[in-house]
Amino acid sequence: MSLDAVPLLLALVGLTLYVVLGGADFGAGLWQLLSGRGARGAEVREHAHEAMAPVWEANHVWLIFVLVLMWTCYPVAFGSIVSTLSIPLFVAGVGIVFRGTSYALRAGTSRAGEQRTVDVVFGVASVLTPFALGTVVGAIAAGRVPVGNAAGNLWTSWTSGLSLMVGVLAVALGAYLAAVYLAADAARREVSEMERTFRTRALVAGVVAGALAVAGLVVLRADARGLYDALVSGDGLPALVVSAVAGVGTLALVWLRRYEAARYSAAVAVAAIVAGWALAQQPVLLPGLTVSQAAAPHDVLVAVLVSVAAGALVLAPSLALLFTLTLRGRLGYEGDGSAAPAEPVGPVRALAASRTGLLARVSAACLLLTLGFLTIADAGWAHAIGVAALFACVLTGFRAAVPLESAPAD
Amino acid sequence: MQAMSFAVHIPLTCFGIAFPAIVVFVEWLHLRTGDPLYRTLARRWTRVLVALFAVGVVSGTILSFELGMLWPNFMATFGSVFGLAFALEGFAFFLEAIFIAIYVYGWDRLSPRAHFLCGLPIVVTGVLGAAMVIAVNGWMNHPGGFALAANGTVTHVRPWSALFGNRFFWHELVHMYFAAYIVVGFLLAGAYAWGKLRHGSWGRYERTALAIPLTIAALAAPAQLLVGDWAAREVATQQPVKLAAFEGLQQTTTGASEHLGGWYESGSGQIKGGIAIPDLLSLLAYHDPHATVPGLDSVPSNDRPPAINVIRFAFQGMVGIGTLLALVGVLVLWVRWRRKRLPESIWLYRALVLCGPLSLVALICGWIVTEVGRQPWIVYGVMRTTDAVTGAGGIPVGYGVLALVYVGLAGAVWWILRRLARAPLGGAADPQAPETVQHA
Repeated sequence: MSLDAVPLLLALVGLTLYVVLGGADFGAGLWQLLSGRGARGAEVREHAHEAMAPVWEANHVWLIFVLVLMWTCYPVAFGSIVSTLSIPLFVAGVGIVFRGTSYALRAGTSRAGEQRTVDVVFGVASVLTPFALGTVVGAIAAGRVPVGNAAGNLWTSWTSGLSLMVGVLAVALGAYLAAVYLAADAARREVSEMERTFRTRALVAGVVAGALAVAGLVVLRADARGLYDALVSGDGLPALVVSAVAGVGTLALVWLRRYEAARYSAAVAVAAIVAGWALAQQPVLLPGLTVSQAAAPHDVLVAVLVSVAAGALVLAPSLALLFTLTLRGRLGYEGDGSAAPAEPVGPVRALAASRTGLLARVSAACLLLTLGFLTIADAGWAHAIGVAALFACVLTGFRAAVPLESAPAD
Repeated sequence: MQAMSFAVHIPLTCFGIAFPAIVVFVEWLHLRTGDPLYRTLARRWTRVLVALFAVGVVSGTILSFELGMLWPNFMATFGSVFGLAFALEGFAFFLEAIFIAIYVYGWDRLSPRAHFLCGLPIVVTGVLGAAMVIAVNGWMNHPGGFALAANGTVTHVRPWSALFGNRFFWHELVHMYFAAYIVVGFLLAGAYAWGKLRHGSWGRYERTALAIPLTIAALAAPAQLLVGDWAAREVATQQPVKLAAFEGLQQTTTGASEHLGGWYESGSGQIKGGIAIPDLLSLLAYHDPHATVPGLDSVPSNDRPPAINVIRFAFQGMVGIGTLLALVGVLVLWVRWRRKRLPESIWLYRALVLCGPLSLVALICGWIVTEVGRQPWIVYGVMRTTDAVTGAGGIPVGYGVLALVYVGLAGAVWWILRRLARAPLGGAADPQAPETVQHA
């Protein structure tokens, strides 16, 4: 495999993670929408919200990761895709805005009615967004995005049978993943009623998603025969088999209440669908444009891959930390049960105020340096010193000037 | 459309850059002194932080969609040059999202020290993310690090030097960085000044909550004048036409005067009204009262920015407001130095309430100055904006819908901030709640 395809592979990994993690967040929104009225409905919504709240922002970033990789490494393909498919992408964007906003608003709700309204908005947006993104994937898979600035039809490019099918499938897969994860969370937190609720939902959604996937194959055969052949008899076949096995296996695991294992097998089932699409479609990215033709110059690919690798070194432990804390239930609401700090901090001490005079003088000296190097001098190196002096001036000045009152003695 | 989205996103970025540092500083004070007041303050600000971050996430996502949707030719031609910055920005943003989640949901669950340490990456990544976006803007203003082949494609791309070996990157970054602290500082201080004036709430908690951001803003605002002066001199040497647009200077002039106020009349190319200060523009831009300042007529008319008055008013607005804010800052510091306390004049608190929104206006003005001032180019001297824009129809429809969405968003943010201000920390379960609820 040449270097040209490596960023695409990374983008697909990102897309898979977005579907597996972010998709579940969308699914949780769908379950909030279908939660029903009354106290039980509120409990379902609360459970879904709590499970998702600490991780949704991190999950959402995978989408941005994919977008950024695509436009950096395959600028021509990216430009063609987003200009032809601007309408569904716009819908997805609006959906994302509503999701984020209602998430932010939920923290401020005080009455059950308000909370329900916010959750409904969140739920509707959570259905709309994956559907719209699914139609985008469907349009690319069906080969309806020609190369060029808005060269394809703005409407028919993403309203073909395959696009709509993938859109519906995206919603269903999200719901399925979310139900499995939420059942697992409920089992971990030992909330048996929520566990039963989401177990049923996981089983139903699993069957529905499986049926939709099979129906999708039929639509695929009619709409994009070449892709269908590659999927059922060519390179995509192993992925198809893995997906089917993992899907059925997940249903069995959920039935047996083996939720932690089901978490992973459900994710594998969904990830294999993305992999199957990629394997079946390669090496063509858009009609008449192969991956190597679309790739950016060699130096850019190298620079991106180096930065992705360097970023991954920092990112991987951070993500691991977040998910470990989440899965162990270490992250939760403020004021939820144990509101006292986990470790008490020592007794109240006053901050030393003796050095403020010195700090103020240092700050004034730095200001003079800044005036000399940044304002009067013209050379680049002098400006660098000037900026450093300015920062030092502000920092020391802040420490000297901030008026802090010590706690009243009690 | 992109302009509107940026106008929505920029104030949120300010909170991303400056607010985490302030919150973490307050938490550090708590760790250092053990005083529960700082903990309460940091926790309440964390709630605001996370709400604004959520909105910032979505408005930022819209921007990345729009970059591709509205400017496909720009992205297709130059995506390979500046895309690296967005890749790095993506990582910074990713880390920020992870640690914000841990920070917000870990208040009660992690040890205080571990929690404090989780706050530090937020500070760093917030600054890094913004730096990457500014690197792209710096490159658009001062393109380099690539060669154009005869057929219009980009070759010999050197992304690192294009983005970070760029003269414009540094002053734009520092200018934006200080702007963020000014905006956040004055907005926070303004909110508590409003509380004092309107509800008379002025306990030790409110005094601390006002003093910290106010001191930051009071220092950053005068410092910003120096940075702004540096930035303007960079513009003068690298983009003389832009400087001419700032000033409405039609003819190349030796010993150019600086006009305060007034408007530019395109027919005669004169500044009408306003006060002219002889030689000042030459002195400011080139450190020489007799220097020659290139005017708009130094380039053909189709290479000149349109809407000179918009640029000029935005520039004067930014500088005017900036100076005003700096004066307020110096006044606060003066009182602090001579009288060893916060100011007591009611007029100062009234002014502070105004300073927050004014600093936002200055921020938006600054953005207009740099972006409209670059027109008609999207990549200065290389690609015209008209060549970069999408061929897709229906832009006005999308524009209208998005405008409605943003109005709704602004309303929602206003509502949530008021709610958070009124109902501090998730009700009675919080041990610190009783002492703060009554005078919030």
